[in-house]
Amino acid sequence: MKKIEAVIRVEKLEEVTDALEKFGCPGMMVTHIEGHGRQKGIVEQFRGREFKLNFIPKIKIEIIVKDADVDKIIQLVSGIAKTGEIGDGKIFIYPVENVIRIRTGEKGEGAV
Amino acid sequence: MNSGDTAWVLISAALVLLMTPGLAFFYGGMVRRKNVLSVLMQCFIIMCVLSLQWVLVGYSLSFHPGNGFWGGLQWLGLNGVGLEPYADYAGTIPHQAFMVFQGMFAIITPALIIGAFAERMKFFAFLVFTLLWATFVYDPLCHWVWGMGGWLRNMGALDFAGGTVVHINAGIAALVTAIVLGKRSNLEKNVPTPHNMPFVVLGTALLWFGWFGFNAGSALAANGLAVNAFVVTNTAAAAAGLSWALIEWIRNGKATIFGTCSGAVAGLVAITPAAGFVSVIPAIIIGLLVSVFCFIAVTVIKPLFGYDDSLDAFGVHCVGGIWGALATGLFASKLVNSAGANGAFFGNPKQFLVQLLTVGVTIVYTGVVTLVIYKLVDLFIGVRVDEKSEAMGLDLTQHRERAYTVLE
Repeated sequence: MKKIEAVIRVEKLEEVTDALEKFGCPGMMVTHIEGHGRQKGIVEQFRGREFKLNFIPKIKIEIIVKDADVDKIIQLVSGIAKTGEIGDGKIFIYPVENVIRIRTGEKGEGAV
Repeated sequence: MNSGDTAWVLISAALVLLMTPGLAFFYGGMVRRKNVLSVLMQCFIIMCVLSLQWVLVGYSLSFHPGNGFWGGLQWLGLNGVGLEPYADYAGTIPHQAFMVFQGMFAIITPALIIGAFAERMKFFAFLVFTLLWATFVYDPLCHWVWGMGGWLRNMGALDFAGGTVVHINAGIAALVTAIVLGKRSNLEKNVPTPHNMPFVVLGTALLWFGWFGFNAGSALAANGLAVNAFVVTNTAAAAAGLSWALIEWIRNGKATIFGTCSGAVAGLVAITPAAGFVSVIPAIIIGLLVSVFCFIAVTVIKPLFGYDDSLDAFGVHCVGGIWGALATGLFASKLVNSAGANGAFFGNPKQFLVQLLTVGVTIVYTGVVTLVIYKLVDLFIGVRVDEKSEAMGLDLTQHRERAYTVLE
């Protein structure tokens, strides 16, 4: 099992969610985050003065998937999240040691 | 006694009271989330403390007839301030209606200063400072400008609804406290971003709404003068809000809601002294120009001198108030208010000089006495919170509560 952690543009969340649902991905975790990559921050104005802010709002999606599905999901997510402009985000893959469904106590891939 | 006048003044008093929680949201949205409750609390406790100060001593000090430093002590605890009209101030409403209407001004004025020292002042020090400031700065100045026998009033100074007494007064106190208190820590590295812009908009809306009571209520009657004040107040606020948005648009490429709100408030400030003396075209000019002056104050002058007037209490209220007071000396017309005076553009340049002198007196008196009060409070209590408390936020360290938690 793997954890796929995708940092994407906020406006791409709904499209990615729909695609994951169609693919048959059972669950997902979504967090509002702020951060920056190579593009650094953005300039905002407060009362006519311009300030450079280091962090840009992004969405972080975390999904736990079977090893066999990893490549397909990466293709799916990056296909939708890509605009070609700087700031499209990143995808990280982590190994997952185990999964336990709290309600039943099931473990492993069956609990995903 | 006139029931229409009494009803209007009572409603106006309620409208002006609402401005203080409105200001709380206006300021509360601008601070960081760790300090929002401290600002709301400071505004709210002022409503409590100064409501009491006003009926016990403040009204007597401010409005008892007399030509001294204060009005007098004979009306302490509203002794002799009854339900019959007091003709020297307002002949058609109960004396206590006038008293409570004026009390709302005494409440919001020190609340305006909060914008200068937000995010770094000890709560107890703030309370003592506010009480002393109300008694030794607001009450005497209020007496000089509005009280029977007050020397600025006798000189012919025009201040319809508090441009000098409220806005220049609070704005100068704001500048002094911002300078002596020093900057918030880490200001260069951490931009203190407004944590809730919708609060700022909500607060602005409440201020604009309440300001109809502030200015039109200052006619102290439900009459044509009140209508004039109402119309020019709305017009100036609109012109100034639009003006600020346009300045941002031209200079920075985008207009912001924060700027539009700031402009609207600046317009309301500037029309305050003029509302009962000018007509609608001067109100548009006053509104369009006040945003230019306040914009320069907050975007050029503040960074140039480096004082940390956190929420621009000086930049908006003092600068806007001075422009309003001087503009009154230019645009005032007896055609609008026969009890007023003509300004420089209507053949009476002397009025402009009287306005200028009033502004000067306010700046010097308020500046000096605010500094003395600040130093005394600092000596006995200590004004500024320690560095750790500032970093953690005033909500937790001064009040032991938080606005936003992870728990539902």
